[in-house]
Amino acid sequence: MKHFADLINALETTNKTNAKIDAIIDYLERAPDEDKVWFIALFTGKRPKRNVNTNYMKEWALEITQLPFWLFQESYSSVGDLGETLSLILPPPEQKIERTLSEWMTDILHLKDKTEAEKKAFVLQSWNGLDYTERLIFNKLLGGSFRIGVSDKTLINALTKFSGQEASTLTHSLTGKWQPGEISFQELISAEKINPDNSKPYPFCLAYPLEKGLDELGAPEEWQIEYKWDGIRGQIIKRNDEVFIWSRGEELVTEQFPEIRDAVKMMKGSFVLDGEILAVKDGNILNFNELQKRLNRKTLTKKMLADIPIEVFVYDLLELEGTDLREKPMEARRAMLEELLLNEHPEKIRISQTITFENWDELNSIQEKSREINSEGLMLKQKNSPYHAGRKKGDWWKWKVSPLTIDAVLIYAQKGSGRRSAYYTDYTFAVKNRDSLVTIAKAYSGLTDKEIMEVSKFVNKNAIEKFGPVRTVKAELVFEIAFEGIGFSSRHKSGVALRFPRIVRWRRDKTVDEIDDLEEIKKLIQ
Amino acid sequence: MNVKYKPITPLKLITFTKKGIYCPQGKFYIDPWRPVDLAVITHGHADHARWGMKKYLCHHFTKPVLYQRIGPDIECQSVEYGEIVHINGVKVSLHPAGHIIGSAQIRLEYKGFVTVVSGDYKIQDDGLSTPFELVRCNEFVTESTFGLPIYNWLEVNDLNKKLQSWVLKNQENSKTSVFIGYSLGKAQRIMKAVEGLGKTYVHYSIGKLNKAFEESGILLPDYKIADFRENIKELQHEIVIVPPALLDSSIIRKIPDAATAICSGWMQVRGARRWRSADAGFPISDHADWKGLLQAVKATEAEKVHVTHGQTDIFSKYLNEIGIKADVIETLFGEDEEESEKEIIETPEL
Repeated sequence: MKHFADLINALETTNKTNAKIDAIIDYLERAPDEDKVWFIALFTGKRPKRNVNTNYMKEWALEITQLPFWLFQESYSSVGDLGETLSLILPPPEQKIERTLSEWMTDILHLKDKTEAEKKAFVLQSWNGLDYTERLIFNKLLGGSFRIGVSDKTLINALTKFSGQEASTLTHSLTGKWQPGEISFQELISAEKINPDNSKPYPFCLAYPLEKGLDELGAPEEWQIEYKWDGIRGQIIKRNDEVFIWSRGEELVTEQFPEIRDAVKMMKGSFVLDGEILAVKDGNILNFNELQKRLNRKTLTKKMLADIPIEVFVYDLLELEGTDLREKPMEARRAMLEELLLNEHPEKIRISQTITFENWDELNSIQEKSREINSEGLMLKQKNSPYHAGRKKGDWWKWKVSPLTIDAVLIYAQKGSGRRSAYYTDYTFAVKNRDSLVTIAKAYSGLTDKEIMEVSKFVNKNAIEKFGPVRTVKAELVFEIAFEGIGFSSRHKSGVALRFPRIVRWRRDKTVDEIDDLEEIKKLIQ
Repeated sequence: MNVKYKPITPLKLITFTKKGIYCPQGKFYIDPWRPVDLAVITHGHADHARWGMKKYLCHHFTKPVLYQRIGPDIECQSVEYGEIVHINGVKVSLHPAGHIIGSAQIRLEYKGFVTVVSGDYKIQDDGLSTPFELVRCNEFVTESTFGLPIYNWLEVNDLNKKLQSWVLKNQENSKTSVFIGYSLGKAQRIMKAVEGLGKTYVHYSIGKLNKAFEESGILLPDYKIADFRENIKELQHEIVIVPPALLDSSIIRKIPDAATAICSGWMQVRGARRWRSADAGFPISDHADWKGLLQAVKATEAEKVHVTHGQTDIFSKYLNEIGIKADVIETLFGEDEEESEKEIIETPEL
């Protein structure tokens, strides 16, 4: 496992993407082919089922170290990762076991049919034969998550650089239904088991935030206006009866949206669509938070599919029956798109409505009200424009509604997990409610690393109570919280719920006396 | 009488007051955080050696550090390890704590009762500080910075090898190796670890402390003071050591081809390593690890242990469970190391 441990080590001693890519290439040049296939499998989330119960692993480690359970739990909550906690508390190894990654994986797969006693013997022997990094990897291989700070895209880039194969082809090949042991590294890389032409995506056309007055845009009739929705931008490809959904991050997300995949499969012909994937229930567009619950899951339960149904709002047609339409004007593409969808009337696939308006003033008032229907604002597209590759100023503008903000005080803090396990990163904020405080929102993001360190220090010094991992802190630090919407809620103590709350900035200039009052905040609800 | 810091030993050789750890019989404080008449200082880190004392007592090696950090006008008496000073009938002596150069455990003896205030300490021999000396006592005051079983350090040699191979790899890739570590203690250890691998540049604040050590006759590896303003190009592909306050600063960003490494015990945990905006993290610490803390506490054979800064609740709970009477003492130690680094860095000579 030395090569693999070296790779992990190299990946962990840099935060530069290029260095990570170099480390992966270095690994690919040295590791045996069977190991490479396993490496790709593990790094793309194709991991075997867990055959060893984590509770037993904890028990065995306590047996070896003679530590009390509570102390293990304290250690675990400080590390934030079980496999790592185990590898840190275990005594140094007394032997040296040398096995390749695929040999380890084979052994681990075989645990399935073993008794608990045999599993225990295997794990204990392995722990005693591996150094710290290898032991950590071993614990991860046993079935935990294997996240090591390499995105799918970085992996694809490294494989592209190593093999000379095109990125989209590799993405397609890697996303397919393959299993280590059943496919060779060469087959995987050369993509000989798939037809890469079927999945090849176009670069997305991207919009700039609107930066000038509407009257500077020219005549209103030159523009096509649509609502802007906060979902997942997706390119939906159907060629030769194969369906692919690419996200803007150049990831294949087809399997995450089976409803779309199946609906598109039912449609006739070949085409490439551009649209927004949204959670839609009873005709209402749900929060992105809801959609997010479905993303990046290994399996989508029936309940989840029923609770968070999705649809695509399609706004562009890039290819029809093999013809690239991107150079055609927006207006023409739109007409062809309408025809395609009108003929087929597919379920789950709607056309993004255009907004009719008389003059810019009217559009202004439409934009201001867009929040009422959970929209983020408007999209303005030049009717004459081609479908650009990437970002080009002038033809596509996004015009978002400005967020609402309040000033609130930090009252609870909790440590983050994984990457942020050493610091308090999860905060709960309160506003005034007559003479007392009432919690209004939780927010995780928005501060710089340096600010998080400072807040953590404050929490350490000013913690009042401890509820498990949560610390109550002196109400002193004031933050400006932005949110996209606000509504009454019986589930919240304050009686209101904020949508997408996030920290805009730390208001060091303000004291707790200057934070907002709940009654005033309620007035924001329309 | 302050209610919060109740005296706990029947002999009251030390009490814990608002101003710091106090010896009522000797009428002196150890590492106090408020101005007092006589302060016995364990070591030169800013959370232990503070400004405003009428008189300081410390080890010979700590004296120039205090002059450097607090000011040249202070009244400071320094002693050798093991040298006995009688203060109002209390026998006071300093014993190596192995934390940084000149760091000391303070041993107090009165009517046959012995208390040791260990300040910060580590058991590992770092090759620079005088190695930790075990001092038997009735009452032991211990830190607990890394008082969790996940913190067990590598052997100093193995750790140094890791630093060396990182530097070599950087040189291979035409990178500048930038280490981030406290200017007092850690920086000198890093200098020692990478000695001979290339030209070593240190930040001005580290240079100042190096001079203080050199004045005490301590031999440090060759180094140059880095000139980040006029001559930052000369750092390219060399070794640079800067204090933590410069992390994320524009100075580090300006260093050409920099690969950065944070050197701190906290880097033992991947989460902490990955979270910081550095390339690498090396768990090098001047504090005792879990095994070290337990080893020291047990070996003192103290009947009573006071746990100060760090994982206080956890460590004292565990000590009580294994039959060692321990309690938690609140102090202001261990909190301001970083802030004090900042003060030095913001001097105009930067």
